[in-house]
Amino acid sequence: MSLLEVTDLRIRYARQGRLKAALRRESHDFEAVCGVSFTLEPGQTLGLVGESGSGKSTIARTLIGLKKSSGGSIRFDGAEISQASGRDWARLRREMSMMWQDPVGSLSPRLTVKSLVTEPLRINGLPAGRTEAERLLGLVGLPAEFATRYPHQLSGGQARRVGVARALALDPKLLIADEPTAGLDMSVQGEVLNLLAEVQARSGVAIVIITHNLNLVRHVTDQMAIMYLGRFVEQGPTEQVFAHPRHPYTKALLAANPEPDPEARHERVALSGEVPSPVNRPSGCDFHPRCPWAREACAAKEPGWTEESGRGHRCLFPL
Amino acid sequence: MASAAVSHRTAEAPQTADPLVSVEGLSVDFATPRGTIHALRDISLEVPKGKVLGLVGESGCGKSTLAYSMIGLLAENARVAGGAIRMGGQDLAHLKPKAWRDLRGTRIAMIFQDPMTSLNPVTTIGKQMIDIQYREPISRSEKRARAIEFLEQVQLPDAAAKLDVYPHQLSGGMRQRVCIAMALLTRPDLLIADEPTTALDATLELQIVTLLRELQETFGCSVLFVSHHLGTVAELCDEVAVMYAGEVVERGHVREVFHAPRHPYTQALFDCDPARIRQATRQLPTIPGTLPDLRQPPAGCAFRARCSKAFGRCAAEHPPLHAAGPGQVARCHLNDPAEDVA
Ligand SMILES: Nc1ncnc2c1ncn2[C@@H]1O[C@H](COP(=O)(O)OP(=O)(O)OP(=O)(O)O)[C@@H](O)[C@H]1O
Ligand SMILES: Nc1ncnc2c1ncn2[C@@H]1O[C@H](COP(=O)(O)OP(=O)(O)OP(=O)(O)O)[C@@H](O)[C@H]1O
Ligand SMILES: [Mg+2]
Ligand SMILES: [Mg+2]
Repeated sequence: MSLLEVTDLRIRYARQGRLKAALRRESHDFEAVCGVSFTLEPGQTLGLVGESGSGKSTIARTLIGLKKSSGGSIRFDGAEISQASGRDWARLRREMSMMWQDPVGSLSPRLTVKSLVTEPLRINGLPAGRTEAERLLGLVGLPAEFATRYPHQLSGGQARRVGVARALALDPKLLIADEPTAGLDMSVQGEVLNLLAEVQARSGVAIVIITHNLNLVRHVTDQMAIMYLGRFVEQGPTEQVFAHPRHPYTKALLAANPEPDPEARHERVALSGEVPSPVNRPSGCDFHPRCPWAREACAAKEPGWTEESGRGHRCLFPL
Repeated sequence: MASAAVSHRTAEAPQTADPLVSVEGLSVDFATPRGTIHALRDISLEVPKGKVLGLVGESGCGKSTLAYSMIGLLAENARVAGGAIRMGGQDLAHLKPKAWRDLRGTRIAMIFQDPMTSLNPVTTIGKQMIDIQYREPISRSEKRARAIEFLEQVQLPDAAAKLDVYPHQLSGGMRQRVCIAMALLTRPDLLIADEPTTALDATLELQIVTLLRELQETFGCSVLFVSHHLGTVAELCDEVAVMYAGEVVERGHVREVFHAPRHPYTQALFDCDPARIRQATRQLPTIPGTLPDLRQPPAGCAFRARCSKAFGRCAAEHPPLHAAGPGQVARCHLNDPAEDVA
């Protein structure tokens, strides 16, 4: 049985300027995530990548119960949780944890590092003294002397490690990490990822990593899904997707990743056209206005999800 | 696109005749209940006019502290313990708050690591973008139009509609693009960008980097670009400074430093870049050990304890910045001509 089984997940947000929208008889909300499906096994890592604003963090917020879904189902550990009550969530939150996108902003500025890392333990009535604080700091490679510091006295990377310590404090079954290594240097990034891999090997925690760092996705994820405008446009085993992207957006994304070599010549895929908005979707394929391979049919017909040999894509004329 | 960026690089030494900003022996301390942290020690570097200087290095090595000191936004417990930051006849390290208010937002602008640092959570994007243009002698509707124009430049979808939203209604990458647009609105001489693209997807990052390049060429401004993404630094920057534990350990043209790093820390940092590892691996390379305690920086070389090439001299003697190649300097005894490098 999969640990996490998401089927046709839909999530809506209220729109700005509701009055204007009402006058024009437009809908007062919009779909930020429209029909996303995936499964995740214990001990596996899924990489969620894609366009900024495509709905990745929104999916994360919904998975951990901070935002209601408007449709579809989320099964966690065999039980449907998309309609879970507040009391269910008190239990579920011990089994799922989240590392947030803003490293410093997500840490309460008035708490010391010691209180921050032990907070999840305290909330759940577990021992949360100095020993635990030091163990958790040690786990993420921070010296014990950091216990008395406040978030603004940390570098971005140090704040990130505090976030990892908090997320691992309760030994969760599912860890959702939104940009877990943004703002870290290469060595510390390696440390954090090795740490996650180590914890995963030991505890079998399943991990969803949301990131823009393609180098990281290539090394640490088993499966990857590429999002564009609230939908998955491609999904499959990471290695295969990198070796042979089927969707043009995936190809453009992978080609944009710069190489650490000033002499490198790049074969970029130039994306033209307006950046789309989920409030005002293009006709046909979401990506067609910017797609260098688009044909006439792409403007008219919305591509469905095509599944073949363990991979899937949403394109009428896959590469 | 890449080739266009590459062709701008000239072969002159990084000590350009007429830098926009020169940091001279800057030291910054933080007072904490547990003692004084010597976060920056004797930093010297120049931001060349009309060029992009990259700043890379270990988390916590002082990149943001250096950036903040160049825009007068050091934390309250910070103290400039020595040195100067010279820009157009002024010493930015010892400027009065009033003088800072005139400089900030006209000659110097900053894009922060965390976009919420510069956005007000309870004010709409539009109001913030109009307010920041308070110096411009144009009407409110013109300011509004300019705001939209710059939001379009950073590829924000539905730019006009975004003026009415609050920061929390935007995705992380959208917030960062708003910050970039706001910084560009003021047309600064020096743009400090502290990891401006970490929250952006690769295609957008490429667009923003290209945009920064174009704007930098059009307006001739200088950019200090702090980043952990070595690929982006390689693509965007003319010169690069590498920091470790509060010091600049290597400096030079991007091409030289990336192809022939002369400080063991720079080499180790590059070796850790997963982009350089062709075969997929779960065990990523790291630099063993931790940063030294910045309350008592070590007497010799700050990197010695983690350096595979350390020898007798490194423990006793603090290495100066040795010339290490054309326009390249490195704070490592191995570059001392007196040392037998064999
Ligand atoms: N609270 C909110 N109210 C209204 N719209 C929102 C809200 N939060 C997010 N959105 C919108 O939903 C869409 C998806 O946002 P989300 O934060 O999930 O993107 P993302 O994929 O995480 O992007 P990034 O990579 O930039 O972090 C965006 O269009 C965003 O503007
Ligand atoms: N207000 C402060 N009080 C005490 N110490 C501080 C303060 N601000 C920063 N520090 C410390 O000074 C050092 C340099 O921090 P800084 O934020 O400049 O690092 P950085 O190079 O920008 O790191 P990162 O890449 O993680 O953002 C770190 O050890 C940090 O903990
Ligand atoms: Mg996000
Ligand atoms: Mg920083």
